[in-house]
Amino acid sequence: MTGYLLRRIAQAVVVVVLVATIAFFLIHLAPGDPFAAAVENPNVSEGVRAHWRDAYGLDRPLPEQFVRYIASVTKGDLGWSFSLQRPVLDVLADALPHTLLLMSIALTASFALGIFLAITQVMKRGSATDRIISGVSLLFFSTPEFWLALMVIVLLAYRFPVFPIGGMVDPVTHSSLGPVFRIVDVARHTVLPALTLTLLFSAVVARYQRASLLDVLPSEYITTARAKGVPERVIVRRHALRNALLPVITLFGLAFPALLTGAVYVEKVFSWPGMGLVIVNSIDTRDYPLLMAAVIIGSILVTAGSLVADLLYRAFDPRLRHEG
Amino acid sequence: MTEPLLSVENLRTWFHTGDAVAKAVDGVSFSIGSGETLGIVGESGCGKSVTALSILRLVQQPGRIESGSRIMFEGKDLVTLDDAAMRDIRGNRISMIFQEPMSALNPVFTVGDQVAEVARIHGHGSRRDAWNRAVEMLSLTGIPAPEERAKEYPHQLSGGMRQRVLIAMALIMNPALVIADEPTTALDVTIQAQILELLVDLQKRFGTSILMITHDLGVIAETASRVVVMYCGEVVEEAEVDTLFAAAHHPYTEGLMHAMPQLSEPRARLNVIPGSVPAPTDWPSGCRFRDRCPYSWERCEREHPPLYEISPTHTSRCHLAVEPEHRANPHPPLVEQLGVSV
Ligand SMILES: Nc1ncnc2c1ncn2[C@@H]1O[C@H](COP(=O)(O)OP(=O)(O)OP(=O)(O)O)[C@@H](O)[C@H]1O
Ligand code: SF4
Ligand SMILES: [Mg+2]
Repeated sequence: MTGYLLRRIAQAVVVVVLVATIAFFLIHLAPGDPFAAAVENPNVSEGVRAHWRDAYGLDRPLPEQFVRYIASVTKGDLGWSFSLQRPVLDVLADALPHTLLLMSIALTASFALGIFLAITQVMKRGSATDRIISGVSLLFFSTPEFWLALMVIVLLAYRFPVFPIGGMVDPVTHSSLGPVFRIVDVARHTVLPALTLTLLFSAVVARYQRASLLDVLPSEYITTARAKGVPERVIVRRHALRNALLPVITLFGLAFPALLTGAVYVEKVFSWPGMGLVIVNSIDTRDYPLLMAAVIIGSILVTAGSLVADLLYRAFDPRLRHEG
Repeated sequence: MTEPLLSVENLRTWFHTGDAVAKAVDGVSFSIGSGETLGIVGESGCGKSVTALSILRLVQQPGRIESGSRIMFEGKDLVTLDDAAMRDIRGNRISMIFQEPMSALNPVFTVGDQVAEVARIHGHGSRRDAWNRAVEMLSLTGIPAPEERAKEYPHQLSGGMRQRVLIAMALIMNPALVIADEPTTALDVTIQAQILELLVDLQKRFGTSILMITHDLGVIAETASRVVVMYCGEVVEEAEVDTLFAAAHHPYTEGLMHAMPQLSEPRARLNVIPGSVPAPTDWPSGCRFRDRCPYSWERCEREHPPLYEISPTHTSRCHLAVEPEHRANPHPPLVEQLGVSV
């Protein structure tokens, strides 16, 4: 097991370094740069732009820039964000926890709700309940993210103003609140974006989980369980679910990076100060250091997601556990 | 004769698929006494497994037990029993052993857990008690080091060991009837013999009745006292095992006998019955064995044979019972005359 983990981690490091390298060159070779007229104020003279490029080393040969970048990253310095005029690390320190908060709630709720819905459907397969849940989840499944976010706002922030319309805290009162009420304030602001994401994700999870449960139910060992006198509810929840989790675990591994990379449209609609917005901004402004940091974080999370999925497979399927 | 333990009366289990109806089991009747082993034999697709599943009411959609079917067990009709009462019977009063021990065991639970689950559902003891009973059963079925084995997963055991696990699972509640659906077909020849021996041994010990389903008359010879021969969803012959081997009446049974591998004969000369089982959506009219039968005559085409009584303990669904003279001059079966490939 330890050997396996070390091997996987070594693989992950190689992948992240490769991705970072390729991304570095692609980003720098793409047309434009942080000080191009399309990005910066077009009235700034070409001489000033040249000065900035010189100051940030952007006029040096690309391989040299790359070596300098790697050197500074290994020292723990992720560089300076041109667009926000702050250290990249500071930007991340602000945005990452916000995204982590929103996404961990949304993902946990989505998988719990999605699996629960699928079990309910499969227990009553073919019934009206099954068909209604399938219909509704198909609806959410095919709804664009921003549209759903807007609908949630219209309904629960505007028509029935139960929750705040956006942001993460109340800009006026938050700083004057006591510690408990600060938490309540954040929680109230989290509800709508988390709800939007949960409606979207749980629909996907429910569809996957239902299909894979229905795949497993005709298995012979399910007939064996029925022949033992196991009640149908236990058949589905215990005997079938454990075998039907694998596709959903794969889905979880794929969703894992979103924990830190966030969800662009939902963050935008709800003005949630998270990574999704930071990443979009860094692309718009050709903010090389910030964009590179996002790429590195993203690729670390992608490899971590696949490792987490693998460990979960092993936890749920003893046949994989006994392979070296 | 005393009241039989199980009596299946006119069982019809049909699969309603689209516009066709597959009459997999089409009017089957037989009964099993207490402590008796009844064999059911027949080629692949003749409805043996569907009969077995019907008894425990485990046939899944689109299969349906048609009205008019009765399965009397301990004074109750299993066809109309409510679901909760049916669950009380499954694994407890009637249990089942399946053909493929690997796919019949859930890959993600330990074998001990799967055996103990039966006791947890039907017993009244604690989890601990159920586990201990499971280990005890595993040991009774001849699994060495049962305490360690109980903690292993199906894929860690050999085929023979897995089948012992299924037997332990089937016997843990000391049921009145065990349905064994081809319990040895998937196993090596040497293991087959061991497993059959074990079943017979445990049966004597617990006084269990066994419904032994197989396509292998050899298995019947070793385990059963009475045998039902099935063809095309019907019972075509029923007799004491000795009678059947000495004086089979139905031409289909004769064919099965000829197809039996003989120790004295090389395997290459195995005789098979020409042709194959017709599709269950389209049973032939008249005698369903007609096209493959070397004695068939005009009556066989016109009239579906009833179960004729050959002796008080022997029945056969063949017109030869009333017109035995047709046995004198066999002819190549119709399938061969038509040049249908065998
Ligand atoms: N789910 C189903 N849908 C449609 N037809 C079915 C279904 N299950 C079984 N049948 C039909 O019922 C017939 C009898 O099948 P059954 O499994 O009882 O045969 P068997 O005698 O057990 O054969 P084998 O020796 O291969 O196990 C088959 O011809 C099959 O086509
Ligand atoms: S009834 Fe006729 S066709 Fe059928 S088995 Fe007897 S002799 Fe053969
Ligand atoms: Mg079968």
